[in-house]
Amino acid sequence: MNFIVSILFSFCAVIVLVLIPWIGVGAFNLRVLFGIIVPYAAMATFFVGIVVKVIGWAQSPSPFRIPTTAGQQWSLPWIKHSPIDNPRTTGGVVVRMIFEVLTFRSLFRNTRLEYRNTDGVPKVDYEWEKWLWLAALLFHYSFLVIFLRHFRLFLQQIPGFVTLLDNLDGFMQMGILPIPGLNIPEVYLTDMLIMLALTYLFVRRLYIPQIRYLSLPADYFPLFLLLALGFTGILMRYLLRVDVTAVKELAVGLFKFQPKSPEGIGVIFYIHLFMISVLVAYFPFSKLMHFAGVFLSPTRNLSNNSRIKRHINPWNYPVKYHTYAEYEDEFRDHMIEAGLPVEKQPEGAAETGEKE
Amino acid sequence: MADTTPKPEELSRIDHTPPFMRGWMDTPVEIRKGIACYGAAGKNLSAVGMPNARNWTPFEDDWKLPDDWQSIVKEGFRDRLDKFRSLKLFMDICVRCGACADKCHFFIGSGDPKNMPVMRAELIRSVYRKNFTTGGKVLGKLAGARDLTEDVLKEWWYYLYQCTECRRCSLFCPYGIDTAEVTILGRELTNLLGLNTDWIQAPVANCNRTGNHLGIQPHAYKDMLDFFVDEIEEITGIRVEPTFNRKGAEILFITPSGDVFADPGTYTCMGYLMLFHYLQSMGLDITWSTYASEGGNFGYFTSHEMAKRLNAKMYAEARRLGVKWILGGECGHMWRVLNQYMDTWNGPADFLEEPVSPITGTKFENAKSTKMVHITEFTADLIKQNKLKLDPSRNDHLTVTFHDSCNPARGMGLFEEPRYVIKHVCNNFYEMPPETIREQTFCCGSGAGLNAGEDMELRMRGGLPRANAVQHVHEKHGVNMMACICAIDRAVFPTLMEYWVPEVDITGVHEMVGNALVFEGENERTTDLRGEPLAGMEDDEDV
Repeated sequence: MNFIVSILFSFCAVIVLVLIPWIGVGAFNLRVLFGIIVPYAAMATFFVGIVVKVIGWAQSPSPFRIPTTAGQQWSLPWIKHSPIDNPRTTGGVVVRMIFEVLTFRSLFRNTRLEYRNTDGVPKVDYEWEKWLWLAALLFHYSFLVIFLRHFRLFLQQIPGFVTLLDNLDGFMQMGILPIPGLNIPEVYLTDMLIMLALTYLFVRRLYIPQIRYLSLPADYFPLFLLLALGFTGILMRYLLRVDVTAVKELAVGLFKFQPKSPEGIGVIFYIHLFMISVLVAYFPFSKLMHFAGVFLSPTRNLSNNSRIKRHINPWNYPVKYHTYAEYEDEFRDHMIEAGLPVEKQPEGAAETGEKE
Repeated sequence: MADTTPKPEELSRIDHTPPFMRGWMDTPVEIRKGIACYGAAGKNLSAVGMPNARNWTPFEDDWKLPDDWQSIVKEGFRDRLDKFRSLKLFMDICVRCGACADKCHFFIGSGDPKNMPVMRAELIRSVYRKNFTTGGKVLGKLAGARDLTEDVLKEWWYYLYQCTECRRCSLFCPYGIDTAEVTILGRELTNLLGLNTDWIQAPVANCNRTGNHLGIQPHAYKDMLDFFVDEIEEITGIRVEPTFNRKGAEILFITPSGDVFADPGTYTCMGYLMLFHYLQSMGLDITWSTYASEGGNFGYFTSHEMAKRLNAKMYAEARRLGVKWILGGECGHMWRVLNQYMDTWNGPADFLEEPVSPITGTKFENAKSTKMVHITEFTADLIKQNKLKLDPSRNDHLTVTFHDSCNPARGMGLFEEPRYVIKHVCNNFYEMPPETIREQTFCCGSGAGLNAGEDMELRMRGGLPRANAVQHVHEKHGVNMMACICAIDRAVFPTLMEYWVPEVDITGVHEMVGNALVFEGENERTTDLRGEPLAGMEDDEDV
């Protein structure tokens, strides 16, 4: 299997996933299936799957305290300690985790290897590389904002923060849209950013030879799925307008557990809804679980205090080791000869006479 | 160095671009001489009760595996998934972002794509998916899953023993995935089949029996230290008097046996002896042990259980001798073990007391529970409290840089203590570039039991990033000495330097302390502990 197979497989899988609701709703009018049953099933899979997965992880203990220490330990009082990068206390760990989760701090450290060989003389350099960090950050935060913006569809009463986000997100459109007369609404900044970030994340997998080599279908598939999700969303908002009132009726119904299947919503909406359904149902079985896993990561969420306070391993068991007595029994004569203290005098010493 | 090791010009032609069309699953492993170590000898396996003890060699097709080896590995895998959250989590959450890919010294030095940390872990993950996930069982290769075949096992082995467990990759991972953890547990699985390397297994067997990796027996251990006593007297006129296995001493001192046996670690050992003698009249009451005569722990490169067995001797000996606390010498993985494992394995050390420096009265509160103090913590405190008379100009013939050993760096965070000591015992100190020191430090390329002779090509490749940084400060500042706090560093760096930067030599921090310590009534020093003339004394040598 190589990158071409990986990409083709993932791409075809997403195409098939687009076709399913397209045909299902477009040709067979299965609006209840794709508007109600599939989303509910997906959400159920999402929540149950995540809970099962996280409990599964949590059932295995962290037998040893193995934080990756990225700064000075807490030792002598006059030596400056790094309380975040090498936390001694739970407070330090919490701050470290907050930085990790909200700012991707470890990824921010990233550098790029620059290897040169000039006439047989190697030169190893490390260049500035923040693009991956930037793209990752843009993707995740755009996704969050877009998700929160969607609450104007889920809730009958639109919360204030959603309107605020909406306004902020729509504010910076650099005068391109709306084009008067075309009836195209304001452009969301996050719509552009998420597509840009996803495209970058895909292109770098293709373009950087090492990343191309190590990428699996499981890396391309979620990217394509997210691109399809974003693309259908953008299409719906800017070109193939759907009846927003009807969409809201459906979404609010789903949320209130009083599902309705209003008429007259374009197929594009069902494709969009199916993409997000597949994404959330796929979530617990995929690498996307990193969002929950990062909180449990023992190299990040443990403090470096195992010399100060004993860390308990729940399955610690006694082992047989070579005891001092066994050691002295083997080397006693040599030890006495070398003037090393011994616990027992040699048995032979008293009995030598009898044994000639 | 083996004749077959390529020359630097040849070896530095490294292509970091993996094959374009051929995927990694379709590329079977080729076990190369110069990269792989010899297989563990049957006698060394059986000496400590390891399974499948027999003589075998990785360079032949038949590894003499037990018939049910697949089920042994699968059961062992399942068992470890249940015992280690780290493993379970790290199998599931990698997104293959590739941030770790070019952080590994073995990838940088070899270009072998399976040395990218993410790939090393994928070799194991692929088998995990096939055996423990539904997606992997159903979709197979498309889900990145593969069967555990003999070829896959050999690939595991080849790459698990090309990782020095330095944890540099884990620093950059956005989820803290630690390839060392995967390597450690992967090696445990290979050890269920008797697939250790002999360079690890022989020291384990030795350490179990004689108390140290090198198999030095008690009388020989004392002989060697007596030899250093004579050497010190020759250079300084001072006769130091170490004691051994002495009951009732206040402090037990444990250091890697490499310091006792192999140059230039031996000079570091002389430094310890001199420091202890210097402090004797000020109230230091310390003893060495021949039974717990190893700080390092090659069991840690074998399995958690073997590591615990070897480590158990430290507390056992401290208890037998009735000391109050333990002082530990300069060693890398020893300190990861002491900091992150010892108390959990073999504690609680409630028969010891919270360490207090008998000279300064400083309480080492950071060692409150393990009761074990690092010697650079101890010495830094002495210097800070003005208890040592030091003449740093005695190290003026040296222009020094400092190599952070991986384990005290990323498994402890011991950065300032050794630097503080170094800056007080020498006048010329320069740091290497920031991307190569402290938490970002590069491995020597020979840690985790890879410091054998037969894998010299691997070692020279893995050490390239470190050597290159040394080259940089050598050219820029005239650095001619690299200090370190690790016995494996001291054993392997001279070879690495000779290969890449022949003008630079290696020292322990306490060797420089020994040089700088000013004793009452000592002879005027004309040479350092190595017998090299001090700065300004070059002419005296000829007279």
